[in-house]
Amino acid sequence: MRGRKAVVGLCAVGGIIILWFALTSWFGIIPAGRFPTPAQFWVALKQIELRGYAGSTLVDHALHSLRLIVISFLVAVGTGIPLGLLMGWNRRAEALINPVFMLIRPIPPLAWIPLAILWLGLGDAAKVMVIWFAAFVPSVINAHAGVRNIDKSVIEAARMLGTPPLRMAGEVIVPASLPMIFTGLRLSLQASWTTLVAAELVGALVGVGFVLNMAQQDIYPAMILVGMLTVGVLGWATTFVLGLVERRVLSWSLQGRG
Amino acid sequence: MDSAPLTLGQTLRLGLIGLFVFFGIWLLLPTAGLVPPSFLPSPIAVAERVATLTTEPFAGATLPAHIAYSFTRFIAGFALAALIGIPLGLMMGWFRLVDEIVSPIFDGLRFIAPIAWVPFAALWFGTGIGGPVMIIFAGAFPPCVINAYRGARQVDRRLVEAAEMLGTGHFRMIVDILLPASVPSLVAGLRVAAGLGWQSLVGAELIVASTGVGFMMVQAQANVATSTVMAGMVAIGIVGLAIDMALRWTEASIRRHRGLDG
Repeated sequence: MRGRKAVVGLCAVGGIIILWFALTSWFGIIPAGRFPTPAQFWVALKQIELRGYAGSTLVDHALHSLRLIVISFLVAVGTGIPLGLLMGWNRRAEALINPVFMLIRPIPPLAWIPLAILWLGLGDAAKVMVIWFAAFVPSVINAHAGVRNIDKSVIEAARMLGTPPLRMAGEVIVPASLPMIFTGLRLSLQASWTTLVAAELVGALVGVGFVLNMAQQDIYPAMILVGMLTVGVLGWATTFVLGLVERRVLSWSLQGRG
Repeated sequence: MDSAPLTLGQTLRLGLIGLFVFFGIWLLLPTAGLVPPSFLPSPIAVAERVATLTTEPFAGATLPAHIAYSFTRFIAGFALAALIGIPLGLMMGWFRLVDEIVSPIFDGLRFIAPIAWVPFAALWFGTGIGGPVMIIFAGAFPPCVINAYRGARQVDRRLVEAAEMLGTGHFRMIVDILLPASVPSLVAGLRVAAGLGWQSLVGAELIVASTGVGFMMVQAQANVATSTVMAGMVAIGIVGLAIDMALRWTEASIRRHRGLDG
């Protein structure tokens, strides 16, 4: 049945590509000013890779965006997970922090962009700040839920055996909440990409969002498509890497599930 | 976890301390002159700004008018996403061939952040209503499809088999079994979709619109009117929260209705 699925899937993707050729190049139903032909797309791709567009080559734009994502994501996760774990474990900390957190949470990360530009300008620092907001909230929520969903009997057993607090954290709480934490990380990663692209569209000097912005201003549909596909490929690649990390870290739990 | 649950009094007291510290620092920084008010206006200045914006227009309209523009766009994009996404997701869950054809395309498109559709949205539908509506659609569509798909997949096979045995036609099967059985999953999907749609709308308005709360914030940013930017953030947060609460209430009342039914 797997074979059939792959065949139908490939046919669907092939159909879309043929449809693209048919609607644009062969019959001209969609005018080239609205959506590029495959040939125009190829020309735009060669242009940005060989001569550069919006200041540098595609690889440089992509690497710049990727670097921002990785840095901000790690900072957000590095602050969000410990806070979530603390709020899940310590009821006093939760009661203290939760109202403030609930106050900030409804503001979508994208709404921080104008403030970030006012505070930090158009450079990388403003992007790190908004991505931090985007990725921070899901990490906190899921780490918190992860601790709360730990089987009580496991904690009590560990406590009865006299486990010291540090070992409790390292060997019971963190490992048991990891599956939930990884769910949060996947959400964080998605939110990070959306936010970065938006921030680069609003104001940037380099990056894939900036390519999209310039292509929009130049009314250059082929380059818009190049930029969009780059965003898609980068989003897919980072999700794939996160999946690999998850499989490695959670191998014990997946084996346990059979 | 580490201790017995706190009493209501303890929770309230700690929560108030937290809020007090948060607002205290926010108030102290600009009023004590540690940061200039144009950098961080005090909470009082932001509240005053919200109040003045209800009567005094900024960027072409008052704050309530901007909210009304944004909300109209949101409803249009959200309704479109639900009307197209839910039937598509249900069909994908119900007919295997539809699933096999649509899934690879859908999975590929999902990795493109909704905001990346902004240039094409502006090119195809302009920057008035159509462009932003398309961005909201791009944000709200995937959760509608995914949850409708899950809902259709989770229909109890025994119900389907029983209906089949009794000779139920295909159409009645969809209306009487598939739809009611997947409603809880659909509503959960709509809640996620509303959150993502509202957030995408803000992004779209920051970039391509000429009205709406997002546009007001961008204009304020260009004029270094920090208190207006923060007033916009407050408005976006409150409307987003209201939308979420409305859907949460719908979800709860459907569940309750179901509970009574069963």
